Amino acid sequence: MTTRKQTTIIAAAVFAVSMASCVLLLRQIDKTRSIPIVDDSLYISSPKLVKRASLGFDGLMACIYWTRAVQYFGHRHYVREHSYNELAPLLGITTTLDPHLLPAYQFGAAFLAPRPPNGAGQPDRAIQLMDYGIAHNPDEWHLYYDLGFVYYTELHDYKKAGEVFERGSKVPNAHPFLKVLAAQMAEHAEDFATARMLWITAYQTTQDKSIQQNALEHLRAIKVDEDVTNLQIAVARFNQREGHFPTSMWELAAAEHLPGVPVDPDGNAYELTFDGRVLVANPDDFSFISRGLPPGYKPGIPKFHTRPEGTPLP
Amino acid sequence: MTARIVHIASNTFREAVRDRVLYNLIAFALLLSGAAIFVGQISIEIERLVVVNLGLTAVSLFGVVIAIFIGIGLVSKEIEKRTLYTVLSRPVRRWEFIVGKFFGLAGTLVVNTFFMAIGVFAALLYVAHKFAAADASILVALYFIILEFLIICSLALLFSSFSSPLLSAVFAFSLFVIGSFADDLRGFAFMTHGLARWIATGAAYLVPNFSTLNVISNVAHQQPVGLQLILHNTLYALCYTAMALSGAVLIFERRNLK
Amino acid sequence: MAAIEILGLEKTYMVGFWRQRPKRALKPLHLAVEAGEIFGFLGPNGAGKTTTLKMLMGLVFPTAGTARILGREWTDPEVKAQIGFLPEQPYFYDYLTAHELLDYYGQLSGVPAANRKRRIEEVLARVGLTDIKGMQLRKFSKGMLQRAGIAQAILHNPKVVFLDEPMSGLDPLGRREVRDLMEQLKQEGTTVFFSTHILSDAEALCDRVAIIHLGELRGVGAVEELTSSVQGKVEVVWQGTQIPASMKALGAECHVSGDTVRAILPDTHQDAAIDALRRERLRLIAITPLRTTLEAYFVEKLQHSQTTAGTLA
Repeated sequence: MTTRKQTTIIAAAVFAVSMASCVLLLRQIDKTRSIPIVDDSLYISSPKLVKRASLGFDGLMACIYWTRAVQYFGHRHYVREHSYNELAPLLGITTTLDPHLLPAYQFGAAFLAPRPPNGAGQPDRAIQLMDYGIAHNPDEWHLYYDLGFVYYTELHDYKKAGEVFERGSKVPNAHPFLKVLAAQMAEHAEDFATARMLWITAYQTTQDKSIQQNALEHLRAIKVDEDVTNLQIAVARFNQREGHFPTSMWELAAAEHLPGVPVDPDGNAYELTFDGRVLVANPDDFSFISRGLPPGYKPGIPKFHTRPEGTPLP
Repeated sequence: MTARIVHIASNTFREAVRDRVLYNLIAFALLLSGAAIFVGQISIEIERLVVVNLGLTAVSLFGVVIAIFIGIGLVSKEIEKRTLYTVLSRPVRRWEFIVGKFFGLAGTLVVNTFFMAIGVFAALLYVAHKFAAADASILVALYFIILEFLIICSLALLFSSFSSPLLSAVFAFSLFVIGSFADDLRGFAFMTHGLARWIATGAAYLVPNFSTLNVISNVAHQQPVGLQLILHNTLYALCYTAMALSGAVLIFERRNLK
Repeated sequence: MAAIEILGLEKTYMVGFWRQRPKRALKPLHLAVEAGEIFGFLGPNGAGKTTTLKMLMGLVFPTAGTARILGREWTDPEVKAQIGFLPEQPYFYDYLTAHELLDYYGQLSGVPAANRKRRIEEVLARVGLTDIKGMQLRKFSKGMLQRAGIAQAILHNPKVVFLDEPMSGLDPLGRREVRDLMEQLKQEGTTVFFSTHILSDAEALCDRVAIIHLGELRGVGAVEELTSSVQGKVEVVWQGTQIPASMKALGAECHVSGDTVRAILPDTHQDAAIDALRRERLRLIAITPLRTTLEAYFVEKLQHSQTTAGTLA
């Protein structure tokens, strides 16, 4: 074998082995390394400085920061963190670099406003972000929706929410629900139907999986709250008629001429206590319910379910 | 065999020095002293932070520029100027030539970094007036920067073995930039699906991962660097360098020198 | 044993935008060079001389064929310790001095450190480079560079030396010196293989030559053989201004100057020419054989191949 052939074989072998080692080592390194995205990203925390430092490649930097914001939130959400202090700055930088990056606003509305552990608990930052977004994208109906959403869900300021929905409904190509929601805010803000409409809109008008999951979870909760409310009314009716609480769900169901024992969206039957309280079978499976909880129940970490294809929204 | 590699390496080092490469140290020294003095005037809490960040970033960037601009000339210039002919007509194997050039260039950068390190520590002493125990981690950051240089040198040689000086510089620089964003590339890969995901993930693994070698902000914030990371990074840099160099050898062995 | 045996080396390049068209730089070449001789490799520019040399040095890989140098495969790295090479218009690391350059090359060629210094001084003296200590090569003139190039080729006492256009860039004095050097090398038993397109040098120096044109070998042999294969001429001078018709018939070119006529005709007609003169009772002054130059041989060969090439094309 000529020396040249020898060299070729050895070099090719070294090449293959080292390439494989590189990949394996990188995987190892990923495991041991804490992702320092945040510290790096926010070393320059002033959006204006970042913009200057991008040397004009704002669009690209915006994409990079957006990716980091999503990773940041997802990572912390996954490990059940309770603070997301850097989310607002990250989104702030992203939108300063590219005010037209619409998904960033949506993400901010969905996850800046809610309280931990589901969000950053900073509805005021969320509103700030939305206002900025609307100022730069006055024809994007979804931004008005997002802003109204924050007023409605976290601040319970139905008047403001209604105003915003109204403004948004005037934008060309606005989702028809905006007008309806604006009208509903006036009198039926706290109706289940209104809330359901809001969350269905959120679910249907986003591409983002986390936002969809969040909306789904809320819809499940609305269904449960509605069910429990109605069942509670039925119990009261029964009590008024019979003078005592029903002894079991069966009895109640029979009295109300229901087709069967009422079940929650997971298919588990609601329970009835001896003192007439309607309870959810597994409260841990419904992260945002406010009714049907046993006394002294402390909510744990929110669980998110995915909807199987073809099943209707709750 | 080793003797020839050593001779080629020392000749390459000599070339770099005579090429007045080490004059960059003067620019570096000026930059750093200017920054140290300036920073010392304006703020109290963050001088150390700025000096370490600025110093180490400058070491890294200066070194990368040198590595690329000398590295790309290593083989291309020799072919262009035909100095290679008289070398290869001697009992020098082509692969020995590549390896020798690599060590020469890497050696130049190590020496350069050594002097720059002295500059960084001097500036640090000036603003902070004393060293903290945590400053030892600056040495780790410098070691990682040297590992970065090894990778860049080997890439510069790889491109230089088959492409013109201009194209080689473009390729090497691009890989440096992309490699610095390797983490984000991985993030992009996660967010895509299907074929795009495969391509992005493949690219993310093949591109030199400089993010893991960049601990400058950690060190600036006086965070310690884990031993495991040091070990892994060393192995990674060695493997990547071996990969690029063996690629360069494979290409160069086949090249007709017109 | 032949010092150099070229066994069918050929090189075809693929040119064109998509590397489609083949371009034959060298057709299969068969050549042998004996040890201790000075061998000239002649041809016009672009004939394939440099390609051949580069293949022998392992700088370019042949499309087919092999070669042996000093009995071993030409790709054997150990062979390189015994050969020296001077490329065409060489260029060296211009930031080095001649001493440093030769030291570097000596290291690479395996000259032991103990001898190196001495050897470098010897070689530099031999090529006529003196008083250059500390002077960087970038300051050398073309002639000095050429000498440095020869120095590095013979530094390690190689048995075979390959020189590509060694005289280029040299003034007449320099060329003379190089020629002398090459003669000396031959005296020492070194085989010299050099390529050139300057025929007078080849004529003066070479034991044997090969002529190559358009990638193809046109002729090989000792200089005398080749020149004699081309028809020799003879010059006949006689008294008077008369030119006999029979002379013209022999194909003589006649030239009258003063009261003598000079005629140049093929040497095969020499006797016929003398008879013609006697018949006309003209007084013969001188008969001188004209030695054909290599140039004539060269031109004839090339014209021939051009016609052949013309008909083939």
